[in-house]
Amino acid sequence: MMNPQEPARLDLDHVTVAYNSHLALSDVTLQVPHGARVAVVGPNGAGKSTLFKALVGLLPLRSGRVFIHGLPLGHHQDCVAYVPQREEVDWRFPVTVADVVMMGRYRRLGWLRRPEACDHRAVAASLERMRISDLAGAAIGELSGGQQQRVFLARALAQEPHILLMDEPFTGVDAATQEAVLALLEQLQTQGLTLMVSTHDLNLATSRFERVILLNRRLVAYGPPDRVFTPQTVRQAFGRHVLVLDQSMVVEECCPGEEEPGTATQ
Amino acid sequence: MTEWLLAPLAYTFMQRGLLASVMVGVLCAVVGCYVVLRSMAFLGDAMAHAILPGVSVAYLLKGNLMLGALAAAVAVALGISWVSRRQVIKEDTAIGILFSAALSLGIVLISSIQTYAVDLTHILFGNVLGVSPSDLWLTGGLGVLVLLSIGALYKEFLVISFDPVLAATIHLPVEALRTAMLILLALTIVVSLQTVGVGLVAAMLVTPAATAQLLTRRLPAMMLLSGGIGAFSSLSGLYLSYYVNVVSGAAIVLVATAVFLLVFLLEPRRGREAPFQRGRQ
Repeated sequence: MMNPQEPARLDLDHVTVAYNSHLALSDVTLQVPHGARVAVVGPNGAGKSTLFKALVGLLPLRSGRVFIHGLPLGHHQDCVAYVPQREEVDWRFPVTVADVVMMGRYRRLGWLRRPEACDHRAVAASLERMRISDLAGAAIGELSGGQQQRVFLARALAQEPHILLMDEPFTGVDAATQEAVLALLEQLQTQGLTLMVSTHDLNLATSRFERVILLNRRLVAYGPPDRVFTPQTVRQAFGRHVLVLDQSMVVEECCPGEEEPGTATQ
Repeated sequence: MTEWLLAPLAYTFMQRGLLASVMVGVLCAVVGCYVVLRSMAFLGDAMAHAILPGVSVAYLLKGNLMLGALAAAVAVALGISWVSRRQVIKEDTAIGILFSAALSLGIVLISSIQTYAVDLTHILFGNVLGVSPSDLWLTGGLGVLVLLSIGALYKEFLVISFDPVLAATIHLPVEALRTAMLILLALTIVVSLQTVGVGLVAAMLVTPAATAQLLTRRLPAMMLLSGGIGAFSSLSGLYLSYYVNVVSGAAIVLVATAVFLLVFLLEPRRGREAPFQRGRQ
């Protein structure tokens, strides 16, 4: 599966991330090959968002190293796009759907330059791809949950990344949006994008992803879903919130999960 | 009506006062959009009070009050930025400590002056009728500088305000931009000193912007409308103070508040929480 000639697209080497004295993730080592579609699974507070934020350089590493295309973090600028959790966005902010998607072009634009025709074309294409062209002029506060998710996906597309990180995109969206997102992920994978999606839906992770990272403040298991999800590993990750029934496992999702420290900044 | 409008303009000090008020009204209202969107209202208020020692020292040394304020404001902006970066105590606590300390220091310094009651009133509530031509130039120059900076850094300020996570992933210098914004806020507050004073500048930052936010869905539109409301409030407030003979800074703020209440009560509810329906089958 991995081409030995090429460095892995994403390489984590003994990565530890901490907020003050609280260890959010410790000693994670794994490689994600080019074009993989990976689900990141774990209970609330397991460090899923922490992992993503560390990968985009938002959180400093306590120890360990992250390599993208074999180069240390920070060498690539446009490479990684991150779709945040919906709760992290101020939906009353006076921006339209088109404004938000245009932000995906800002890195390319650089300082003091205004969007040009090619940027407007990229925005229009991204909107079209997420089937929200008719919402371009709408204020983001007027959207439904599924539409909001599509806006942030469209912005990630406008960034033209190699690696796409999505934090809980399936939480609180309608079935149509969930399918649209999954279909898009499949499409993007055929274009060679590496995709990492956090979720606590074990069934979705099993049926729609080829690899799973199971986290609970450390790496519990990593590999194909059928090998990652064993009663032992799932119990290690989810503790008593899991019910193992013969062939299927059910995770109690409505538990009031503790907020991951540091995610509620600003 | 025309006569009613023109009568105050017969006085040079009124002409200068009107010009200064309008410039400050527009500047505060535009900068205020970020103050409202980034929840910096308390910070703005604190910063305004924290420049009092700078003004006092300038007064004692018989220097230019605005320059004294300018030095103090920039120092305070950098101080707050530095303290909040350390993250040992919460930002609003740090602001609270800094601001009361600076205010007290300022009052101690001013109270050592004989005529302190009058001077303190001017600093706290503005003295728009005492605007000198050089004040006017300083106000205009700083105002243009601040507005140009906001225009030039529009994309960057938008991203760090709306989505700091994206700002970090696209490698914007978030801390430097935040500090730049604090300095622009500090400059705005200094310029406002003459017309509304340190006690009321927070209202001029927050009220027009909050009003505009109720009526617009894009930031550029919000800034334009907010600036318009700021200019209108300043003009009518000053006329009000001329004819009713009340303190001008307070009159300006009251007009701005009246506009806000009017919009808040009459605003056609756009159903912000409801799913967007237009154009969907």
